[in-house]
Amino acid sequence: MIFVTVGSQEPFDRLIQAVDEWAGSRSRNDVFAQLGNSSIRPQHIEFTQFLEPADFRRIMREASVIVAHAGMGSIISALELGKQIVVLPRRAHFRETRNDHQVATAERFGAQGRILVANEEKELPEKLDHALTLGNADSIDTQASPQLLATIRAFLDRGNLRVAERSGFMAPPVAAPPRRTR
Amino acid sequence: MPVKNAPSRGKVLGVASSGGHWVQLQRVVPAFEGFEIVYVTVLESYRSQVPENRFYCVNDATRWNKLGLIQMALRLAWIVAKERPSVVISTGAAPGYFALVLGRWFGARTIWIDSMANIEEISLSGARSGRHADLWLTQWPHLAKPEGPHYGGSVL
Repeated sequence: MIFVTVGSQEPFDRLIQAVDEWAGSRSRNDVFAQLGNSSIRPQHIEFTQFLEPADFRRIMREASVIVAHAGMGSIISALELGKQIVVLPRRAHFRETRNDHQVATAERFGAQGRILVANEEKELPEKLDHALTLGNADSIDTQASPQLLATIRAFLDRGNLRVAERSGFMAPPVAAPPRRTR
Repeated sequence: MPVKNAPSRGKVLGVASSGGHWVQLQRVVPAFEGFEIVYVTVLESYRSQVPENRFYCVNDATRWNKLGLIQMALRLAWIVAKERPSVVISTGAAPGYFALVLGRWFGARTIWIDSMANIEEISLSGARSGRHADLWLTQWPHLAKPEGPHYGGSVL
């Protein structure tokens, strides 16, 4: 099964239409989409508007390939489950998002080989065909990096001034705000 | 009333908008072992993911919806005043900004972790949260500055 998701907020007609056309051309009957507020109604794929988180997770787990926008929620969820994910970044000039930050996200994660990127909808069929030839990827840990967890723990344990001195990522103490007392 | 193994280190208010913000918050929660964690987000459906925790929903609003922002800020003020967290952490966006401002007011220590999605520049809410954050982080080393935001690892 191939699972298509537009994320939690905005509609994304361009993605749904591209996958719908692909499903039609490949005669696939195993594509399922979460449309959100997209206005398009696909011909060749089954769909629902919203999914409860538990159902979302279950369908992600059952899917062989995920197709999504280049949002961090979709990308991280796919990586946590070790799924191949093909992303189409939302573009500001189509009014799909406020700025082109998803292009940068797609580029960065694509360059690391963690995701497959279709920069435009015409690249999507080829990327999807390719994704289906790949098996599941290694799933990643569900926790943040040890470094980030350590940064937060050090802050909680000792207060920000000493965190700064210890890890060396903060400027000298003059840059730190005075602590308030309760 | 107090139960065995009750968290003793204090209370954390974890605040995140939907989607990637929420997913990234979940990934840093292990750093708060021993704390009681109370969540604030914008989708009621996320409640089932954290059944053990107290959970609040606020309306979602962006910078173009002033009335929505005011409503969100008032609701967060009520939540912060009621919960009195010792730490407030947010991965964005607008609700996190208000939570940090209000949390500081009530004496909490505050953490902002800018979303990993902000690769080219820090988010607007992240930039504005800087002076209200005791720990102000970007997840990209190239966006770190001596005066902050700082880099201290990423959620991946």
